[in-house]
Amino acid sequence: MADFTLPKNSVLTEGKTFQAPAGTKNIRLFEVYRWDPDAGENPRIDSYELDMDHCGPMVLDAILKIKNEIDSTLTFRRSCREGVCGSCAMNINGKNTLACTKAIDSYSGTIKIFPLPHLQVIKDLVPDMTHFYAQYASIKPWIETQTPPPADSERLQSKEDRAKLDGLYECVMCACCSTGCPSYWWNSDRYLGPAVLLQAYRWLVDSRDENTGERLDDLEDPFKLYRCHTIMNCTDTCPKDLNPAKAIAETKKLLIQRKLG
Amino acid sequence: MEFRSPLAKVRGLGSAKAGVTHWWMQRVSAVALIILTFWFITFLDLSLHAPFQQTVEWLASPLNTVCMVALILAVFYHAALGLQVVIEDYIAAEGVKIVAVWTVNLGFLLLALAALIAVFRILLIG
Repeated sequence: MADFTLPKNSVLTEGKTFQAPAGTKNIRLFEVYRWDPDAGENPRIDSYELDMDHCGPMVLDAILKIKNEIDSTLTFRRSCREGVCGSCAMNINGKNTLACTKAIDSYSGTIKIFPLPHLQVIKDLVPDMTHFYAQYASIKPWIETQTPPPADSERLQSKEDRAKLDGLYECVMCACCSTGCPSYWWNSDRYLGPAVLLQAYRWLVDSRDENTGERLDDLEDPFKLYRCHTIMNCTDTCPKDLNPAKAIAETKKLLIQRKLG
Repeated sequence: MEFRSPLAKVRGLGSAKAGVTHWWMQRVSAVALIILTFWFITFLDLSLHAPFQQTVEWLASPLNTVCMVALILAVFYHAALGLQVVIEDYIAAEGVKIVAVWTVNLGFLLLALAALIAVFRILLIG
């Protein structure tokens, strides 16, 4: 059966509280999920009071401030700090997003930070993305052709055909959508999830690709594709404002077109 | 220790090359049910307010019999398709899953047969 309750060793406990120095005027409380694989303890919630007068505007700035000034044991991924690498995807106040592009001021009160849901946690805010990346590799996210490349030019594409990739190529594979999808929670062993299906569609509609039929063959499966029940969490949560649900719907339309058209 | 590569696990047994018809028929039967439900509301209204004999005669008319048979087929087909998806969503053990899906399918088939025979009894015996 699908898991509806946490296993005993995943139940959260209360952790440490780090108070702001006396005299701090503008305090904001951050509650952060902590789990150390070497400690043999249950995960805990540590609380950090931060001085907002000396902190950058984004949630990632607050996390970096904790790491640099308060608790260097806090573990998380980050790289570009401008929403193009997808490393700092995490669950902030109940919704998956990129910490680097989410302003602290867009929330009121305490900010609760958890790792992406329903992935194995490696440490603190770092989830294991191995399976997700393997799923991405499985859809062959590269151009596949029968025709040899032109001798003296690129494979050309009309402006109209290039425009079909808008809203797809911008995906940074942060996994906010996939790990926000209940269908992916219950069946990620076989369901590819919104992020990977959006990428699959990106190659289905690329006018230069010559393997559309084979790509559709690979997706035509009750689990790989049809576990999508248009719950729409993917589109709702995407920090890049993309629409994976629409990409999946368009893929289903292509399959219908092939079967009935 | 896990020796299988992540990609081998993801690729698994490959694509079933199925699912399109299941998904499409769920939508087709849903649209059919929208239309048939309006007819069914008329029938319910009649069966609650008119005398028994009048209801039976109304149902025995060719158009209404066809609508009733269509409704029965659409309802149980749609229910079987839908419940199969629910079972596949929440039951991970392969054996239990297959048995559950087919118990539901055969259950709905029997119910549909029983309902159809009831309609034909009305049609033939009155």
